[in-house]
Amino acid sequence: MTGVLEKRVLVVWCPDWPVVAAAGEAGLPDRLPAAVFHANLVQACNEPARALGVRRGMRRRDAQGRCPELAVLAASPERDARAFEDVLVAVEQLRPGIAPLRPGLVALRSPGRFYGGEEEAGAVLAERLVTLGVWDSRTGVADELFTAEQAARRARSQESLVVPAGGSPDFLRTLPVEVLDDPDAVSLLRRLGLRTLGDLGRLRAADVRDRFGSHVAWVHRVVGGDGAVHLPTRTPPPELERHVDFEPPLDSAETIVFSARRTAEAFVAGLAQQGLVCTEVRVEARCEGEDPEGRPASVRSWLHPRFFTAADLVDRLHWQLQGGFRAGDVSRPVERVRFVPETVVPDAVHADVLWGGTDERVERGIARVQGMLGHDAVVVPVLQGGRGPADRQAWVPWGERPTGLRPTGPPWPGSLPPPAPARVLRTPWPAEVYDAARRPVALDDRGALSADPAVFRPGPDEDRQPVAAWAGPWVVEEQWWESGGRRVARFQVVGVDGRAWLLTLDGDVWWTEAGYD
Amino acid sequence: MSSAAPDLSQLDQLRARMQGMAGGMPRAALPVHPALSGVVQLYAGASYEVDGLGLAMTLLAGPSRAGEWCAVVGIPDFGVEAAAEAGVELSRTVLVPEPGEQWLEVTAALVDVAPVVLVRPGGRVAASVAERMGARLRKRAAVLLVQGEWPRCEARLGVEEPVWSGVGQGHGHLRARRAAVVVRRGAAPPRRSELWLPDPVAGARRAEPAVRALEEAG
Repeated sequence: MTGVLEKRVLVVWCPDWPVVAAAGEAGLPDRLPAAVFHANLVQACNEPARALGVRRGMRRRDAQGRCPELAVLAASPERDARAFEDVLVAVEQLRPGIAPLRPGLVALRSPGRFYGGEEEAGAVLAERLVTLGVWDSRTGVADELFTAEQAARRARSQESLVVPAGGSPDFLRTLPVEVLDDPDAVSLLRRLGLRTLGDLGRLRAADVRDRFGSHVAWVHRVVGGDGAVHLPTRTPPPELERHVDFEPPLDSAETIVFSARRTAEAFVAGLAQQGLVCTEVRVEARCEGEDPEGRPASVRSWLHPRFFTAADLVDRLHWQLQGGFRAGDVSRPVERVRFVPETVVPDAVHADVLWGGTDERVERGIARVQGMLGHDAVVVPVLQGGRGPADRQAWVPWGERPTGLRPTGPPWPGSLPPPAPARVLRTPWPAEVYDAARRPVALDDRGALSADPAVFRPGPDEDRQPVAAWAGPWVVEEQWWESGGRRVARFQVVGVDGRAWLLTLDGDVWWTEAGYD
Repeated sequence: MSSAAPDLSQLDQLRARMQGMAGGMPRAALPVHPALSGVVQLYAGASYEVDGLGLAMTLLAGPSRAGEWCAVVGIPDFGVEAAAEAGVELSRTVLVPEPGEQWLEVTAALVDVAPVVLVRPGGRVAASVAERMGARLRKRAAVLLVQGEWPRCEARLGVEEPVWSGVGQGHGHLRARRAAVVVRRGAAPPRRSELWLPDPVAGARRAEPAVRALEEAG
């Protein structure tokens, strides 16, 4: 078994795929200007429309103003994927094991000299796609995925652009930074005066990674000629495959996909337990009444440019079944779906080598925890402005952007001077504070204490002990625990055991908010 | 004390080399906060009991400053601002505050992604469980810091004799804490080091013994 990126990569690009798919379904000839709209904005348009000045992101009224005869089509990602299924079948006949990147774009291992050469393979493919009614397809071949995709985007219609082995740096150096498909990074690069990938390549690798993240860092390596990585792939042990049986057998792709979801998760989790990720998987669907030893009705190998997540597997199964039902391969209800890993790589190696960092690995591990406990269970701690210690921090669920945080900048009158308490209780503990005569200590109307605290108990599980030292009050008007806007006073209290606490007096009730552990 | 600190770290290095020779695999040492250098050395693949959340944060700060990820499991009262003051890089920190019954599985999953995991166990830990976790830690070259009990841990770290400064009887405010960080390794006599933890400037700082002597004298 060879890894997905060990050999040359061939990428097939069908430009303006949403328009091709929508026009095909509507039966429109492809010479007419057409555009696909999402939320009243142009999502994609074809060449005749572009020639008349229609652009991506343009409002519908403006687009029709420039081109009154424009065919207006609604966006539908499902339709795009469905229509691309035929292309995938054709590409797969060229060489098994394909990696669909998105509708309109698919990568596979280059068939090499099998068709006489890489350009010839592209020609064979273009010819086959024309018979499917896909007139505009372009192929790019290079040492790795990024360059192959860029080559495909620069090839002419029905032609191939082959970047010779080791030629990626020379090919990429002249490309504008806009090819990065990362608007933030592109904007920053332009402001820095860096206009081509060659300019990017001259930056230091560490700087690029810190400032632009793993994707741009990877491109940086490709431009530097280190992009084609040789992954230590291995043939996976057989116990890693997973299957699910349906009783009674199911005859709708949607139901099967839904029922196989857990199996896909178990498959990924089983690999992860061994520290592996799968880059090539065989998906099998067996129909009712078939010979259990024979070849299942639908078998297909899928590659992934990175590695398969459970969601990716479910997608592939969906595409495969939809295609199978339409083509008639799957003519009876399905009774078993099986995922078989064909190529696996150690996840650490994969993440480190391919993306130049461990962030992908972190994301995967965290996704696993989220799978166990729910999305909100994993949080990233952030600071915000506020007076009490609990107000000055917030938890943001992993993967979400923090919103509605109070600025830390302006001074917050009544907030406590540093150091901050190490323990900030989620729910304050009821506390007790007494003076030397064992009377509860309270605050009078003018904000003065009835007496100096002499004995205290920070919480129900803590010991009562003499006060060694104390400071305060810090008086603030605020929304405090369980009550409307009112005045509370904070005190720092140190016990004779040397531990310090942050206590709050709300009316005549004492709470412990935090501990200086 | 400043001249003694390098000696201690040299000692630690020598000890690590000896252990390496005895045990076959040399163990990688994780970066520590400068204040703890020579006081505590965390070795990849080991687990440590840590008493005191402030000390645990200072231990997280070493690897965190060096660019590593940290994970904190089962500690809903983890003070975020204090962690930042101790030197923990919040953008590379993840918390799972309420893992419930699954705290062990969550901890194991996070050991795969973060080289330092701080956990407050949600129940008693059997020796066999600790053994399995140990194997995972060694495989991932990670360190487990435990707020609580953990069978067969490498060392037990604690904070003793804390003395807060800056606060009087109704005046001033908490400014810094001087305490002894005590490291207990098996049957060996405990090693004590005086530290300012927290320290208002450096987050944590080695304390000069002379100061305590002076304080005690007058």
